[in-house]
Amino acid sequence: MSRSLLSVRDLVKHFPITRGVFGRTVGAVRAVDGISFDVKEGETLGLVGESGCGKTTAGRAILRLIEPTAGQVTFDGVDVLALDAPRLRALRRRMQIVFQDPFSSLNPRMTVGAIVREGLIIHRLAEGAAAQARVKQLLEEVGLRAEYANRYPHEFSGGQRQRIGIARALAVEPRFIVCDEPVSALDVSVQAQVINLLQDLQRDRGLTYLFIAHDLSVVEHVATRVAVMYLGHIVELAAADDLYAEPLMPYTQALLSAVPIPDPSRRKQRIVLTGDVPSPADPPPGCPFHPRCHHPAKDVACTRIIPPLETKADGHLVACIKQLPTRITWEEQQAAGATMPPERYVPLALATRS
Amino acid sequence: MRSVHARARLRARGGEWVVSAEVWARLWRDTRARIGLIVVAMLLLLAILAPLLARHDPIRVDLLRQLQPPSAEHWMGTDVQGRDVWARLVYGARISLAVGLISQSIALAIGLTLGLIAGYFGRWIDDLVMRLADVTLAFPTLLLLIAMVAALQPSLMVVFVTVGIVGWAGMARLVRGQVLVVRQLEYVHAARALGTPDFRIIARHVLPNVIAPVVIATTLGMAGAIMAEAALSFLGLGVQPPTPSWGAMIADGRDLSQLRSSPWTSLFPGLAIGVTVLGFNLLGDALRDALDPRTV
Repeated sequence: MSRSLLSVRDLVKHFPITRGVFGRTVGAVRAVDGISFDVKEGETLGLVGESGCGKTTAGRAILRLIEPTAGQVTFDGVDVLALDAPRLRALRRRMQIVFQDPFSSLNPRMTVGAIVREGLIIHRLAEGAAAQARVKQLLEEVGLRAEYANRYPHEFSGGQRQRIGIARALAVEPRFIVCDEPVSALDVSVQAQVINLLQDLQRDRGLTYLFIAHDLSVVEHVATRVAVMYLGHIVELAAADDLYAEPLMPYTQALLSAVPIPDPSRRKQRIVLTGDVPSPADPPPGCPFHPRCHHPAKDVACTRIIPPLETKADGHLVACIKQLPTRITWEEQQAAGATMPPERYVPLALATRS
Repeated sequence: MRSVHARARLRARGGEWVVSAEVWARLWRDTRARIGLIVVAMLLLLAILAPLLARHDPIRVDLLRQLQPPSAEHWMGTDVQGRDVWARLVYGARISLAVGLISQSIALAIGLTLGLIAGYFGRWIDDLVMRLADVTLAFPTLLLLIAMVAALQPSLMVVFVTVGIVGWAGMARLVRGQVLVVRQLEYVHAARALGTPDFRIIARHVLPNVIAPVVIATTLGMAGAIMAEAALSFLGLGVQPPTPSWGAMIADGRDLSQLRSSPWTSLFPGLAIGVTVLGFNLLGDALRDALDPRTV
């Protein structure tokens, strides 16, 4: 757990909004609006947020499945965004993805064997009987029977399909896998099996994961560190234990207060977010979260100052100018019209969470 | 019960036939499909076995036997030049079928290729191909056919090519629309993430998943092509005499007094066109239901 395998700097993806016959650009959906983080070798970085916050776009932009608008992605010392097509193809062996939807992620016209074999053939890792044997081995490794190679995807359940998708990704022996909500579409009992499989594979093969999810309890279970996204920004990034024990960003606090605690004797205070997520085509000025924020010191400065993602405690980064400590000084905040001085605020119910 | 067993056996062999066996079974349960298949099969037999079935020379003129009504000797009578209508009808089936097959092959080859490329790559390639398709589709089909044939020398080959070329645009549009849907499915992203070359993605992931509507459109397109050839030949711009073509045969008998006195010269080829087009349309409609990806 030392050096970083993947490093993302100021990654931006804007989707242009065009209008009229000539495709005039009238605006942009700021799906990912400048995010930076590192993923260390062998760890699992959880990336959480509501639907539409840009987490899936971020995952795909890192793999260049969609071309980022700006920013820098470095994988194992290689500048991913500068690669030409042949080099990118070679790198794809090292970075893989597991998708959310187990039904649309497998080609219905190909057998399971052909699906898993494709990576072997493209990268010339095995041919003929050797490829056949490797496919069977991979299927067994993800907990499926080798005979399934001759069947079609529609004959399998969601959990089994997800295992097939994992086998396809593993075929090219990647070091890093983007897990794009890999269990969101599955039943709870099946979720646990697939997560255990992913964790076993990580242990056996030394894999590194970027685990995208909206389910905070799943992320708590799998992640070493967690990044919280809101409207295309990372608003909090910390070791999983720290984040769940003491969330500092008001948004994270609200998310965590919604996670059920399986203990009927524990009373807890729920922070109910009001209003909808603003449109990423027209994000609010200043802090993207200010229209829904419940921090007691929230004031007009929050609408004017874009909060930097800064260290609040050891390894705990938060984007909030009202949460102490902050490098936006009280004088600067007053200059922006602040009336409420920053204060450390963690709702009681969350602070005492196990 | 037997079909269940047959399907199980196919599945046990693990071939790619599982889906198509089910499609065939579903197709055969559909009355429209049965009628369509029978009509198309009969047309095929007619065309292939023409020399055996005709009983008379379809081209040789015999002015002593003009406009004879249907009889045991001449099942559908004779035309104004004394030629046997049945013989000409049977040989005409060859022309109609050939026009349908060849022109649709041309339309398919151009339309499928351009549609796949436009839909998959998007951007300016898509714009270029779709604007070309718009231009083609902006002309009334028959008018465009007449213009093209008139510009060249009317012949069978010209009919094949023009009907095919005019048909490319609809096919390209259809394919492109399907590709746009399939392109953003996750298995295509997965293939890209694996580093699959674009050509392989198109061939192995996109094409097999857009083929069903293409089969349907081609079947329906056959009917259109046969009608187009008949129309051109009727106008004298298609197959040239004395080669027997259904459209030309109707034209031969269209003189009003002849139509009144000896209607068989135009009636039978007209019926043949009607039944053939109906057959292809029924088959196409039934295929649409049988190949519906939501039920496969």
